[in-house]
Amino acid sequence: MGLFERLKEGLSKTKKLLIENAEALFLGRTVDENLLEELEDVLVMADVGPKAAGSIVGALREKVKKGKIPDSVSLKKALKEEIKSALQDGNGIKITGEKPFVILAIGVNGVGKTTTIGKLAKRFTDEGLKVILAAGDTFRAAAIEQLEIWAQRAHAQIVKHKSGADPAAVAFDAIASARAKNADVVIIDTAGRLHTKINLMDELKKIKRVINKEMPSAPQEVLLVVDATSGQNVIHQAKMFVDAIGISGIALTKLDGTAKGGIIIAIRKELGIPVKLIGVGEGVEDLRDFDAGEFVEALFE
Amino acid sequence: MFEALSEKLEGIFKKLKGRGLLREEDIVSALKEIKMALLEADVNFKVVKDFTERVRVKAIGKEVTESITPGQQVVKIVYDELCSLMGGKHSKINLSPNPPTVLMLVGLHGSGKTTTTAKLAKSFKKDGRRPVLVAMDTARPAAIDQLITLGAQIDVPVYSTRAEDSPIRICADAIKKANSEGRDVVILDTAGRLHIDEQLMKELEEIKKEAKPKEILLVADAMTGQDAVNIAKSFDNRLNIDGIILTKMDGDARGGAALSMIAVTGKPVKFIGASEKIEALEPFHPERMASRILGMGDIVSLVEKAQEAVNIKEAVKLQKRLSENKFTFEDLKDQLTQIRKMGPLENILSMIPGIGKQIKGMSVNDKELVKIEAIINSMTKQERGNYVIINGSRKKRMAMGSGTTVADVNRLIKQYLQMKKMLKMFKSGGQSKLAKFLNFG
Repeated sequence: MGLFERLKEGLSKTKKLLIENAEALFLGRTVDENLLEELEDVLVMADVGPKAAGSIVGALREKVKKGKIPDSVSLKKALKEEIKSALQDGNGIKITGEKPFVILAIGVNGVGKTTTIGKLAKRFTDEGLKVILAAGDTFRAAAIEQLEIWAQRAHAQIVKHKSGADPAAVAFDAIASARAKNADVVIIDTAGRLHTKINLMDELKKIKRVINKEMPSAPQEVLLVVDATSGQNVIHQAKMFVDAIGISGIALTKLDGTAKGGIIIAIRKELGIPVKLIGVGEGVEDLRDFDAGEFVEALFE
Repeated sequence: MFEALSEKLEGIFKKLKGRGLLREEDIVSALKEIKMALLEADVNFKVVKDFTERVRVKAIGKEVTESITPGQQVVKIVYDELCSLMGGKHSKINLSPNPPTVLMLVGLHGSGKTTTTAKLAKSFKKDGRRPVLVAMDTARPAAIDQLITLGAQIDVPVYSTRAEDSPIRICADAIKKANSEGRDVVILDTAGRLHIDEQLMKELEEIKKEAKPKEILLVADAMTGQDAVNIAKSFDNRLNIDGIILTKMDGDARGGAALSMIAVTGKPVKFIGASEKIEALEPFHPERMASRILGMGDIVSLVEKAQEAVNIKEAVKLQKRLSENKFTFEDLKDQLTQIRKMGPLENILSMIPGIGKQIKGMSVNDKELVKIEAIINSMTKQERGNYVIINGSRKKRMAMGSGTTVADVNRLIKQYLQMKKMLKMFKSGGQSKLAKFLNFG
């Protein structure tokens, strides 16, 4: 099965509602204010958010006014274009440059950080890369054990300290170990933290500082893991994480439910952060590179 | 966020000011903004539509409280409606008359089931019960270890098996064991699952059949978006849940999902989780949740305070005196007393749209009000009624009596005269306008 089919299959449940609504909306309708408003509602229902939905439909409205959208078929096309241009390309994570390539995974509680890291590690080791995982979630009960199981599955090495240890020290050791062993990739797990907790955000800053000191070009990737089920608060989350340590990309998980993950459109529009990975299922192969074109096609075809 | 919202609201309020009864156009325009606020809070789109329609019908023709704008009144109606929708039956967990009481926690991946399980156990333990936790999540790596670690932290036993037993078997064994060990509450920590995963949802139905839980609680993340309705509906349709536990409330998500889930299932939110530490769960307060979702708590409390404080009779009396141009120091004092009934002045003023911005950064001193009252108290009845007789020696006496200076007395008289002049122009003026003309601080 090709990548496109796989993605489409994974997204089929996801997109069902949006598509059904969208199809019903488009079918043989005249393009008028009612249709545009309904379209806006559909986007809101997909968690795009009232603001971003308003601006997408606003752009369409302008085109309608200028007579560029004569019928519902071209409206559909224009909507796809509008979303696609809002998303642009995130295109995965490229392992390049100085070794090791350090990926720091962050996010609020329960979004799927550890699982995403496990799958990502498996993918890299399958590609023949040498991967070291850093068990930086020293807070949650059994988080280290959870990452250990993923390390075994992925044939990756793991650097861990005791529960309650300083996560910055774990990160430091993992990079030192990667250098000694000439590893290609280091993926650092961190405890889930709500962006409103100052001390935990400070801890994150410290982790980044320590990584930076050991290896000035690292972390090459700061990945914010986002649950597709989440709503508008994600924008606020992302802003706070950007302010604290910066974000280079987003991994959108749990897209195999009925949640539509429309929040990524709002994030891209408001913060300009690209989506790099998406999770469309429980299997290791279900962690995919994000591709705006395919994403929108799969969403609307 | 708060300020942004207040500023936005001022816009519509300006249009709506100074009307007696709520008219349809007031309501529609206020509801438009409220609809946006609810959507931004992640209340489901359809729930918002139904809800605002109900409010619209209810609000038409309602009276607008003195000194409150129609828009503010609509906010209050919305708030009350939110409270009544989310509240009512107070949420407790029902225990079974024949122990052990079996509780089953279900939900999506990462919603916080395991942590919540431990918190529940801790609160039962605090009540003197003998709870036990059952680790049924054999799917997620190390989920069992997580529960065992948490159990050890709160000193509650955890039943678990390493073998690849079916969850049905695990819970059957666990309940048997709990019975023989005299445990009175058995809490089942099930694996996270998607509500559309047919096989795993069926598994939950089978667990329910086997365990006959007294209550099934859906654990849901406060950050959940529009999909909350589908999630809650699916779990409720399959399992007939008894309530919802809303987790991660210590973040700043507005938590509109709570309203969505209550609206589609009719089931109460029983607890909220607002800490990563294993502390007891907190009870759910509909009023707090309503104002969190709406994000307009300042306006709501302003309306409430105004409703409490405004004595209609006094207002009528003042109105009459104003129309006769008989505003005296006595009336001024009454007004000040009323304003002060509403709480610290700075809070009151900042709650009034339009004034909030002006006093930003400026310290409003309640002491100034105390001073004014003291001076008026030092006046004789004649002086209060007729300022013309206040001469130099009277001023001196007032200053002495109130512990102020003659300059303070002069300033008050000057302000009083200004106010009197202004009030002539605003014969229908209410007290918020009065407050505006007082030159505080």
